[in-house]
Amino acid sequence: MSVNENKPYEPKIIAFCCNWCSYGGADLAGTNRLSYPANVKIVRVPCSCRVNPQFILRAFQRGADGVIVCGCHPGDCHYSTGNFHTRRRMALLFSMLNFLGVESARTRVEWVSAAEGARFKSVMDSFVADITKLGPNRRLEDIRCKEN
Amino acid sequence: MQRIGVFVCWCGTNIAATVDVKAVAEAAKSVPGVVFSADYQYMCSEAGQTLIKDSIKEYNLTNVVVCSCSPRMHEATFRKAVASVGMNPYMLEVANIREQCSWVHKDKEIGTPKAIALMKAAVAKATLNTPLTAGNTPVTKRALVIGGGIAGMQTALDIAEAGYEVDIVEKKPTIGGKMAQLDKTFPTLDCSSCIVTPKMVDVGQNERIHIYSYSEVTAVKGFVGQFTATIKRKARYVDEDKCTGCGLCTEKCPMKKVPDEWNMGLGTRSAVYIPFAQAIPKIATIDPNYCMKLNTGKCGICSKVCGVGAINYDAKDEYIDVEYGAIVAATGYEMINLEKYDEYAYAQSPDVVTSLEYERLMSAAGPTGGHLVRPSDGKQPKTIVFVQCVGSRESADSCRGGKEYCSKVCCMYTAKHAILTKDHYPDTDIYVFYIDVRTPGKLFDEFYRRAVEQYNVHYIKGAVGKVTPNKETGKLEVQGSDLILNEQLHIDADMVVLAGALQASETARPLATMLTAPMDTNDFFTEAHAKLRPVESATAGIFLSGFCQGPKDIPETVGQAGAAAAKVIGLLAKDHLVGNPCVSKPNELMCNGCSQCATVCPYGAITYVEKEFRMPDRTTKVRRVASVNPAVCQGCGACTVTCPSGAMDLQGFSNTEIMAEVDALCQ
Amino acid sequence: MQGELIKRACELLEDGTVNRVLGWQKGQFVYDITPAVFTSVEDVKEHFVYNDFCADNLSKYLIKESEKEGKVLVFLKPCDTYSFNQLQTEYKIKRENVYIIGIESYGKVDVEKLRQRGIEGITDIENVNGTLKVSTIYGEEQVPAYEVMLNRCLTCKSKKHVVYDELVGEDGEVVADSGRFDMVEKLEKMTAEERFNFWRGELSRCIRCNACRNVCPACTCEKCVFDNPNSGTQNRGARDSFEENMFHIIRAYHVAGRCTDCGECSRVCPENIPLHLLNRKFIRDINEFYGEFQAGEEVGQMSPVAAYTEHNDVEPSIVQKGGAE
Repeated sequence: MSVNENKPYEPKIIAFCCNWCSYGGADLAGTNRLSYPANVKIVRVPCSCRVNPQFILRAFQRGADGVIVCGCHPGDCHYSTGNFHTRRRMALLFSMLNFLGVESARTRVEWVSAAEGARFKSVMDSFVADITKLGPNRRLEDIRCKEN
Repeated sequence: MQRIGVFVCWCGTNIAATVDVKAVAEAAKSVPGVVFSADYQYMCSEAGQTLIKDSIKEYNLTNVVVCSCSPRMHEATFRKAVASVGMNPYMLEVANIREQCSWVHKDKEIGTPKAIALMKAAVAKATLNTPLTAGNTPVTKRALVIGGGIAGMQTALDIAEAGYEVDIVEKKPTIGGKMAQLDKTFPTLDCSSCIVTPKMVDVGQNERIHIYSYSEVTAVKGFVGQFTATIKRKARYVDEDKCTGCGLCTEKCPMKKVPDEWNMGLGTRSAVYIPFAQAIPKIATIDPNYCMKLNTGKCGICSKVCGVGAINYDAKDEYIDVEYGAIVAATGYEMINLEKYDEYAYAQSPDVVTSLEYERLMSAAGPTGGHLVRPSDGKQPKTIVFVQCVGSRESADSCRGGKEYCSKVCCMYTAKHAILTKDHYPDTDIYVFYIDVRTPGKLFDEFYRRAVEQYNVHYIKGAVGKVTPNKETGKLEVQGSDLILNEQLHIDADMVVLAGALQASETARPLATMLTAPMDTNDFFTEAHAKLRPVESATAGIFLSGFCQGPKDIPETVGQAGAAAAKVIGLLAKDHLVGNPCVSKPNELMCNGCSQCATVCPYGAITYVEKEFRMPDRTTKVRRVASVNPAVCQGCGACTVTCPSGAMDLQGFSNTEIMAEVDALCQ
Repeated sequence: MQGELIKRACELLEDGTVNRVLGWQKGQFVYDITPAVFTSVEDVKEHFVYNDFCADNLSKYLIKESEKEGKVLVFLKPCDTYSFNQLQTEYKIKRENVYIIGIESYGKVDVEKLRQRGIEGITDIENVNGTLKVSTIYGEEQVPAYEVMLNRCLTCKSKKHVVYDELVGEDGEVVADSGRFDMVEKLEKMTAEERFNFWRGELSRCIRCNACRNVCPACTCEKCVFDNPNSGTQNRGARDSFEENMFHIIRAYHVAGRCTDCGECSRVCPENIPLHLLNRKFIRDINEFYGEFQAGEEVGQMSPVAAYTEHNDVEPSIVQKGGAE
């Protein structure tokens, strides 16, 4: 991907949202007409603990510039313990990605409940701003998957 | 090869205003696998669904993608529609182009490409969809109601009425709840006990209802249709089967100085006690905190006077496991602790009381026999100040335990208190400080007008700044402001009554954790849908009754209690439940039996079996492999990530499906 | 020590305790050691070797061997016993089919380090009290063993056997100050860009020979996700930088909480990529976030990656510290 001079850089952002809380939070942001950048594309998963590290790497491979995993607040998981697993898995995985030199701001975990439409918006606003500042993902890209 | 149909909904102008729906439908035509696409004003309408159904038949579709509102809204609707013409309902995907696109992007230039991306992701996932069939689980035909207040009682009665067994678990020694403590009810002013005690008797006498009083639920396992609850039967030190409720022990008990919670601590009771005359079950309970025999080993009078030998000082807490098909939360409310509201001097003066304490002071069955007197000196108050919204409608960062929400019933019960007080003691001066008076409800505003117009209750829009007890005069000096007249008021009051915020019971949060039922930040149970499923929890098999779901008055509570009962009855009426087919499924050929998946399963759905496999060289080999109980699995997917080989996958959200979506969205 | 081991192996074969022996044998050269199964006394006497080149962790071979009829004798160094326990935790080894002789080990020799000193044409090696007597076709050389040890042995975590049926030699202690995380810490102190460059330099050499995976006692899948055409992440070639990263990140993640830090991955890497650093990063994070944990210390341990605490687990948003920015 090249940064076109005429067009501002538009990062690609994949948000994995659990069906019960964060996806509901995103819906509520919609219901309340709380606008956030269209760069954010949501993948619905039953629970944040469904998010396999391979999905995250896959997103980066296919051109994502940032990946955010959203789940219920710890203690509120629909499946009681799913986000506790997410919390450990993602803490370890994201630390590892950073250890390999991937910028730590490129990955994020946030807890957003179904009642927090405004929080969903603010989280996405800030994540998009962070990634825009970082620029295109160069360190975990697959050049074969990029448009020339 | 898939033959996918894409259906783009306008949702009137909800989608069409900021997404070019025609362009989305057009773009779909060039996506591999898509053989048909269309747009329509309301895809969820009868006509829209017919369009989908007819297209499935006409174009021989294998999959359907609907681009519309959130799948949380209408996925089930569309699944039903496609199933009606013979398509497997799990061959349908919904692209959320309303909540997550048209409603958040104001510009067609932005909304349309995003809607197209979301459509493509849904098509990519649909391409990999496989038909799924749900399993069946049997339903245990017994319901558990947690909480024995008016909500729990009504729910239990309605369920029992329909012919099903119900157990009520009540933490207090008697059912009846807060309503039994109230004096009169608004706006009809009928006597609260006169309507609630017969209901308690109905519950007690109903042969299908079993009351576990003085008991708590300590653990819940299982899932809809097949819950197992562990009930802790707290040691009562009185044999429930033997006790006749004669009350002799309570009379003879020498320890009489125990604060009486039934009277909000305004009176005293004995260490062995029956909460009140109409208690159900009418069985004595020994309070282990005050009983001298239990604490010092000396006394034992109750045991001596008991004619039936019901006293047992060696009783221990007992735990029983009972199976249920459905569970109703009816844990009710409590008033917030007002001690941090220093300005009202609640902790400093006994004459500053909460409205629930005021109820007891007014009640004929209360500590004063219904004579309204000041707790400090027993004199009849001449001037009473009522303060509204103490802790209600506070800012979110309240550090005093206040709540953001409106407690809903305070305006009305304060009008009731004022009217009742004036009825009994017409020469009393009554001031009510309020932020707003909220009286939506049948005959509610008329009732409030009566307080103002007929009874001359002084309603003052404003706030009370400070209540200072004057030790010499015995008066409470109330400083307040009248916002309408814009002046400061000084009132020498005899009593101050605080309408404290009402909050969810402190037992609700641990219960929600046990039930894996979601809650909001105020510890109210979250309903499955705010508008359309207000009495169900998102967790299947859990239902909500009364204040535990949000503030409500008695008729609303009773209405919701009945609605919850109807939902429970609907569930128990089924012999089998059709499960969720989106559950984990191991590929036995790839599973190496390492057992990591079982360690993360919150439902214990995964077990291991030794299975014989034919190897490529025609030998056989016995291997340990995972096996998932589809009735127990709820489909969170935790196991799928612990499985390094990817042998464990989640149906409906498979690894390849999710990655296909990711790929499409990253394009 | 070789003599002693051969003697015990023969005795156990003869008295019927075991019906085969899992040990090491010479390849073409003396330093070219291969794990092997011996089924007779003659076989053992003729081919069994044990010397300072015998670095292979034999635990993984027990997955197949312990399934067979009868008991197998295996020789395990302290580090190998951790792998043994971990495999047993994962139901991979039938303990009742294994007879373990724990052997003391103070580190094995890296033949490359000998070569770097100009010692070539090696024909034999003997360790006399920490000094290596290396016979070559050019004559005998003497080297302090410590100076030519495998890197992994220089940061040995434990000289203690966590499981054995009998011991040959002494049992040691867990090494408290192994310094095994020093390199991880050094990397963490670099900037993200420096780390990126470091790892690109290392991982770009990966030829995807799969030696690390094949030797790893924690890589025990029936079919690796990277070999499975239906997994959606099949990746056999490391065709670009992403695939190089992907394979090693996911492999390290899959063994996180299960890796005993035996160091075989780095030892066998033909490109000398320090793969163990990835595993050690996970181990270090786990120790720091969730408390000290050593995989394989006991049978039946719960992996900290599968466990959780409700209130005390660190938030990923706070963590994000693979190192400096």
